[in-house]
Amino acid sequence: MLSVKSKSKQEMLKIENLYKTFNAGTANEVKALQGVSFELSEGSFVCVLGTNGSGKSTLLNAVAGTFYPDEGKIFLDGENVTHWPEHRRAQHIGRVFQNPFSGTAPDMTIAENLVMAAKRGKPRGLGWALNEKYLGEFHDRVKPLNMKLEDRLDNPIGKLSGGQRQALTLLMASWLKPKLLLLDEHTAALDPKTAAKVIQLTEEVITKDNLTTLMVTHSMQQAVNLGDRILMMHNGKIAFDFSGSDKKRLKVNDLLALFDEIRRKEQIDASVSELLVKSYV
Amino acid sequence: MTLLIGSLTIGLILALLALGVFISFRIFNFPDITVEGSVTFGASIAAALIATGWNPLFATVLAFFGGMLAGAVTGILHTKFKINGLLAGILVMTSLYSINLHVMGKSNIPLMSGVTLISWFEGWTPAFFGGTAEVNVLGWMVNGADIIVMFCMFIITIFFGILLFWFFRTDIGTAMRATGNNPQMIRALGVNTQAMIILGLALSNGMIAVSGALLAQYQGFADVQMGIGMLVWGLASVIIGEALITKKTLGFIITGAIMGSLLFRLLVAIALRWGMNPNDLKLITAVFVFIALILPGFIEKTKKTKLSVNIKM
Repeated sequence: MLSVKSKSKQEMLKIENLYKTFNAGTANEVKALQGVSFELSEGSFVCVLGTNGSGKSTLLNAVAGTFYPDEGKIFLDGENVTHWPEHRRAQHIGRVFQNPFSGTAPDMTIAENLVMAAKRGKPRGLGWALNEKYLGEFHDRVKPLNMKLEDRLDNPIGKLSGGQRQALTLLMASWLKPKLLLLDEHTAALDPKTAAKVIQLTEEVITKDNLTTLMVTHSMQQAVNLGDRILMMHNGKIAFDFSGSDKKRLKVNDLLALFDEIRRKEQIDASVSELLVKSYV
Repeated sequence: MTLLIGSLTIGLILALLALGVFISFRIFNFPDITVEGSVTFGASIAAALIATGWNPLFATVLAFFGGMLAGAVTGILHTKFKINGLLAGILVMTSLYSINLHVMGKSNIPLMSGVTLISWFEGWTPAFFGGTAEVNVLGWMVNGADIIVMFCMFIITIFFGILLFWFFRTDIGTAMRATGNNPQMIRALGVNTQAMIILGLALSNGMIAVSGALLAQYQGFADVQMGIGMLVWGLASVIIGEALITKKTLGFIITGAIMGSLLFRLLVAIALRWGMNPNDLKLITAVFVFIALILPGFIEKTKKTKLSVNIKM
């Protein structure tokens, strides 16, 4: 490397050989990440697909800093953030969680929740949190959600529906333009109609600010329709990586076929090992 | 009437304790038993300094910082060393017992002769009521000095109430409330939740220590045992306060905790007047808090069963 901060111009996220094992050495040992490497260029929108336990959420949490990896490095905009605590990374990262209740503080008002997001990663002092200027801004930016929330800014956010809260969380995550937006199956807990609305909003938010996005999803339809790249994970590794015209050509059926292929390979592996066990043990 | 004014004054002093308990119990949602050590710590510091002739205001301010230190230690044990919150509080409370004995040099210090904040307040009586010692309040003759002391305690309590109200509306205070409400969310917005818990517990125990310092000066002595049962008293005040208010906004909750403390002291005074054995006071308080804690869930349950009965019919 030429300098400490050497980076190619448009590379926003770089993951190098990431390993993570939970409950190592116990009966519940889970090898969640087993050597994941990839790079994300600025402004790209990547969908991460995978079966349950494939490590896709673990990958997202490793990037967010919920835990530190056992091995490997994470670079964000050229900076090594591998050992930054979660709250420090938050100055560059916006997040929306799977559980619609995770992204907002239920007993606090909509305005209070928004103002905390408007100061994401900034030093917090002893000045009043809310003021007229903020309230006006909240009103203007909440109104386009078309949920009639702009007149209820002083209501506790816990009184809202899951869809409304998820829409607000999305707005909060992108209030200050993050270098990276992490979406963790953020429509999985919503009904189909609400999910569609949140997805539409997601697209708007990402397009408006040209946000670099990593979205974990269980929906192949979403992966096909959205974004410019698909990472398919299996057993803690990236099994397939489609981008560019390959990604554009990809249909839901192709993805299903790939999943089947992975599964078949695994079954063969399983039956072979069973055979071996039978014959030798 | 003298009894009424006396219990209201103690109620106002203990309202600071209630506000401190409100921070740990309602903002962070964990019962911080450090209270029982820090209320005595505040009293010991103030008493030891006043007895050696220090300025009582300075002594009370130092008590505040002493309490903050105790709270910060509990917070550090809990966050940095991952010790269960209740156990962290117990460790600090237990060590404070020895520390308090060292601070005072013996198990109690009388303050009858020293210059305290209370004797300052009493000294202002002539300025308000002229030379007369007795003042007519609604037909009762009351000692003017008692009224002045109560009024000054009222001012101090209101001052801390407003300070807390302001603090919880600042950027740090908002982040602190969110830390108790949804730590995952506020971490994702860049707040160090561990620092928030340490700071919050420091603030809480600082106020509690001031409460102890004022109580020692009011009752005329500091005793190493005076903290026993204080957490449950604070909880009782907070819970009564919540029952008194109609809206769950910050201002109402803070006002509620102060009113809860006053009402609780009043109930205690009435019960004692009616001949309740003072030895039973802590038992009855604990039972009261127990009932107050399970009552909301119980009401919810009966409502549900009633509802299902209606549906069946």
